[in-house]
Amino acid sequence: MPDIELTFKQALALAMSEEMRRDESVFLIGEDVGPSGGIFKCSEGMFEEFGPERVIDTPISEVGFVGMSVGAAMTGMRPITELMFNDFALLTMDQLVNQAAKIRYMTGGQCKVPMTLRAAIGAGRSSAAQHSQSFQAIFSHIPGLKVALPSCPRDAKGLLKTAIRDDNPVIFLEDKMMYNDKGLVPEEEDFTIPFGEAVIKREGTDVTLVGTSSMVGVCLEAAEALSALGISAEVVDPRTLFPFDAETIINSVRKTGYAVVVDEGVQRYGATGEIAAVITENAFDYLDAPVARIGAADLPVPFSPSLEMPTIPDVPRVVAAVKAQKNLN
Amino acid sequence: MAAKKKKIVAKKAAKKAVGKANGKRSSAPKAGSSPGVDTDMLWQMYRKMMEIRLFEEHVWDVYTRGLMPGLAHLYIGEESVAVGACSALRNDDYITSTHRGHGHCLAKGARLDRMMAEIMGKEAGYCRGKGGSMHIADMSGGNLGANGIVGGGFGISTGAALSAKLRGTDQVAVCFFGDGAANQGVLLETCNMAAIWDLPAIYMCENNQYGEHTSYRKVTGIENIVDRAAGLGIEGVRVEDGSDVIAVYGAVSKAVEKARRGGGPTFIEAVTYRFRGHHVGDGGAYRTKEELDWWMENKDPISLLGQHMIKTKVAEQTQLDELEQQVEQEVVVAVEFGRDAPLPPAEQAYEDLYA
Repeated sequence: MPDIELTFKQALALAMSEEMRRDESVFLIGEDVGPSGGIFKCSEGMFEEFGPERVIDTPISEVGFVGMSVGAAMTGMRPITELMFNDFALLTMDQLVNQAAKIRYMTGGQCKVPMTLRAAIGAGRSSAAQHSQSFQAIFSHIPGLKVALPSCPRDAKGLLKTAIRDDNPVIFLEDKMMYNDKGLVPEEEDFTIPFGEAVIKREGTDVTLVGTSSMVGVCLEAAEALSALGISAEVVDPRTLFPFDAETIINSVRKTGYAVVVDEGVQRYGATGEIAAVITENAFDYLDAPVARIGAADLPVPFSPSLEMPTIPDVPRVVAAVKAQKNLN
Repeated sequence: MAAKKKKIVAKKAAKKAVGKANGKRSSAPKAGSSPGVDTDMLWQMYRKMMEIRLFEEHVWDVYTRGLMPGLAHLYIGEESVAVGACSALRNDDYITSTHRGHGHCLAKGARLDRMMAEIMGKEAGYCRGKGGSMHIADMSGGNLGANGIVGGGFGISTGAALSAKLRGTDQVAVCFFGDGAANQGVLLETCNMAAIWDLPAIYMCENNQYGEHTSYRKVTGIENIVDRAAGLGIEGVRVEDGSDVIAVYGAVSKAVEKARRGGGPTFIEAVTYRFRGHHVGDGGAYRTKEELDWWMENKDPISLLGQHMIKTKVAEQTQLDELEQQVEQEVVVAVEFGRDAPLPPAEQAYEDLYA
């Protein structure tokens, strides 16, 4: 079966639809996921195919329907819960952190919580401070949760299918700036991407660029720019922050001797710091410069494009970080 | 094992007992407004309430003797709510419980010994020692767990009700919560969804009149919490005498029957009272001794049911005493089981996180 070209959001809809066809316990629940197809149109056509019992429009009650997803997951269902913006997850943190992440553990393994929480992350479209955040580090901090961040349509399909089939709560974060990105996606129904397996998106020998979600694209562009400077950059996408494939990243850094970590969450106490620590702990003797972290500015995301865009990690910053590591000016 | 406790006597009725010499449970009692409660069920409810009462007294004992880590919130005085409600449920129906959860768990069928072992942090406990008093769950009996977050059960129980509906079963889900949780916002969200989707959910408010140390009247905009049900589009039922297990059973039975036939949710408020502090270490300075004494004197659910059973010739006091002794023995065995059970080895801390 040849790959087909799909947008990121079409790949998500395909993954959800395939899983709902193969497993009756899977359903989609969230605000406006039904006839309107979702605010980002990620569930377009699904209401028509699966009907109101399996594509459930909710009131604007995030705490309620996320909590209900936990209860449904504990009792034999596999909810895909769409939260629109991951910023709204803050409303639901009791349900996610105190309930979903803990109930199996607290009860000595008596139950499973196979739920997938989908939410959009990322800045770049003047959505201002309450619709632009990237909370992957916060979710990854919680034992009991898994966190997936696809960076392309292919991974969107493969990782989402794995998330839905996983027996644990999975936080599935989609950068809203990528929803219309196009890419080749395998049509096979059995195509899944295992969690905890990083992928080398571009091979190189002189520096390792670790990127998550849309920052993978930034790293790939930076690698192109670096190549013009005669620097061969390797780009690694961990794809899931938990479980986390440290090995692939460490091996890459041991080969290149340099590492720059890029993530769109704010830099302080962020994913970049955690990954930099993992690299430092495991490849210290191979490093020729300190690991560089590039996160979003330590600010609420501002509204005006002239204020907003400079807060987001971009290609020039990645290139500059590599040049600084190598003392190039 | 020192069994310190005073015998529970069905007050007033003791002398009037004129039961059959052999104590045979024969005639159906007048169960007031709750037909359908036969003598067997009365005995079962009496026994279950007694199990909870004596279990809790032993938890107190175990706590004061330093045999358990952490602390516990005792359910003594409220047994009629858990037992009345759970007597209306099947094994495959769901409940979510609260931080004051021992009563709900036992009423839904949990074993005394594994309960006590969990409270003592032992591997033989329901949660392998990972949950303790506040997190006892027994998924095999539909108990989706006690919860340390006040109002933590709303989402889970309403989700279980949604799940039952989506799976096309006739299971129902009962969410136990207190007057304290009645002021949590998640109640509005989940009750509203139960209402719009006619979910088989029962919201069982046990109004024991104090949220921790605060009278609910000080922090609640209405006198009767159940009045909020009308604003949620849910049928509301107030059990004025929540100490009357038969009345609680009657109200919940109707709600269950309605839920099973797709009639949607019910919000029940049962007025009750906890005879002990918020937790085992609470001195209770926020309420008067007179108030406490009045409730213990007049509204002890076990005493009230015993009285009813004697009055309707279902039981004699001597039989109730015998049952109490029998249950006491069972609880003592459970305490010994818990005490003698091994603590979980440290490496088990790393088990049970991910499926």
